[in-house]
Amino acid sequence: MLDINHIAKTFNPGTITEKLALSDADLHLAEGDFVTIIGGNGAGKSTMLNAVAGVFPIDQGSIVIDGQNVTGLPEYKRASFLGRVFQDPMTGTAATMSIEDNMALALRRGQRRSPLKWGITSKERRMYRDQLKRLGLGLEDRMNARVGLLSGGQRQALTLLMATLQKPKLLLLDEHTAALDPKTATKVLHLTRELIRDQHLTALMVTHNMKDALQYGNRIIMMHEGKVIVDVDRETKMNLRVEDLLNMFEHTSGSQLNNDRMLLS
Amino acid sequence: MDIAKLLNAFPGAVSQGIIWGLMAIGVYITYRILDVADLTVDGSMATGGAVAAVMITAGYNPWLAVIVAFLVGMLAGLVTGLFHTTMGIPAILAGILTQLALYSINLRIMDGKANTAVNVNKYHVLVTSRNVRQFSVSNPIILTLILTAVLIALLYFFFNTEYGCALRATGANGAMARAQGINTNVAKVIGLMLSNGIVAFSGAMLTQYQGFADVQMARGAIVIGLAAVIIGEVVFGKLLKSFAGKLVCVSLGAIIYYLVMQIVLWLGLNTNDLKMLTAIVVAIFLAVPHWKQQAQTRLHVRRKGGE
Repeated sequence: MLDINHIAKTFNPGTITEKLALSDADLHLAEGDFVTIIGGNGAGKSTMLNAVAGVFPIDQGSIVIDGQNVTGLPEYKRASFLGRVFQDPMTGTAATMSIEDNMALALRRGQRRSPLKWGITSKERRMYRDQLKRLGLGLEDRMNARVGLLSGGQRQALTLLMATLQKPKLLLLDEHTAALDPKTATKVLHLTRELIRDQHLTALMVTHNMKDALQYGNRIIMMHEGKVIVDVDRETKMNLRVEDLLNMFEHTSGSQLNNDRMLLS
Repeated sequence: MDIAKLLNAFPGAVSQGIIWGLMAIGVYITYRILDVADLTVDGSMATGGAVAAVMITAGYNPWLAVIVAFLVGMLAGLVTGLFHTTMGIPAILAGILTQLALYSINLRIMDGKANTAVNVNKYHVLVTSRNVRQFSVSNPIILTLILTAVLIALLYFFFNTEYGCALRATGANGAMARAQGINTNVAKVIGLMLSNGIVAFSGAMLTQYQGFADVQMARGAIVIGLAAVIIGEVVFGKLLKSFAGKLVCVSLGAIIYYLVMQIVLWLGLNTNDLKMLTAIVVAIFLAVPHWKQQAQTRLHVRRKGGE
């Protein structure tokens, strides 16, 4: 479903702030894979997700989604393949627009938007209401409320729902629970798993929580200095503990895991 | 001071306010919806005026002149949009560049003259300040009000369509819009074109109303537009919250602005000082929300500290 073929990216080349963010990163996902990504600060986790999403052009390599080479496509064109949830709850939704407006925008992801057709229909509204009900947050009764009035957890849940309203070929989750309190984070993660399972989605999830990385998904990869250094398959993952992960990392990278937000408990 | 003199001036202030209200609605599209301060308008409003003046004095139908002015205004917006999106120039600077270029273009349109008279006795015009105190359908207030209502209805429709929503999303959160597959560059260009089309349309109406077009007629227009947007929000914002309501607020804001200007002139202020007064008023209104927020933060910190 996704082929990241030996991609490389250097930010600000030739300047003082030059940063090698990705170097020969290689990753291949089969349909239905739910891969969690862990790694230290600046390992290239978010950069790799952003490279897939087309936020910036890459220097080398290619990215293929479901057989289509998207390497040269701008971000807005790749959107038709991708559902995205970001670390900052502010990023995934338009704060000054209503809940239903946001959902209507997401439902039309990757489609031509007409300047003559009404932006939201009453039939859709009923569907949104049903979808919001399953979140169990009472948002179905506040569909006209501005999204800016919602809490971070509510916004992330809504963004998740929006990302899957139009089934994406690939769901990109960039530390989407990092800004939430532990209880809300767990809720959002459960919702994530449920949506992925129900729609048989292929997903990439960056996380700083080792436990979550083990608990969710069917594959774990570790990144270090812009490369994928460890790839753990389903069978191995089942019997893995946090200590094993740490050992694997130190053994392969030859250094300690340096993520100041990494939760080891 | 003669109160009758002031009251006598009110109808003129109202109709001028309505015409500038059209312009302010254009500013609202860029400033509030797209979240861009577009300075093109200082040029494009005069462009609209120049186009209308030249066409009407050449014998064309004034409606046609207004439509052409709208289209030429859109072109001006297109130029700013391309400066900004394809050439990567910051929006404010892009607008200033177009505005500067338009000064030359406006002179070209008017055949090198700084102003062009449109004599009401010689040419057919849609509105004129001469009829401003008449109780008849030829009073400019009537037609300009109808045009404002039609414009607000059209914009209400457009901004609720699929593409209109995409435009609003572009201004609200560009990253989100792109993640939803919206080409935000194209959306910005279209928003700028729409805005400057409306601004030029307003300039075309103003030219007919005052009986001439002048290259200087829209100097500082952006500030007057912003004044209308902000005054409208502060005075009526709590009453009118829907999208159409907000546009009505803008139009009312422009009318209030011209009434207030009329009053300060009546109180003896020098006409030459009006622009400075406008700038000061807008600066204060822009500062108020900022100060309010600061005060709230301080209050919040103090409360937390007292616990």
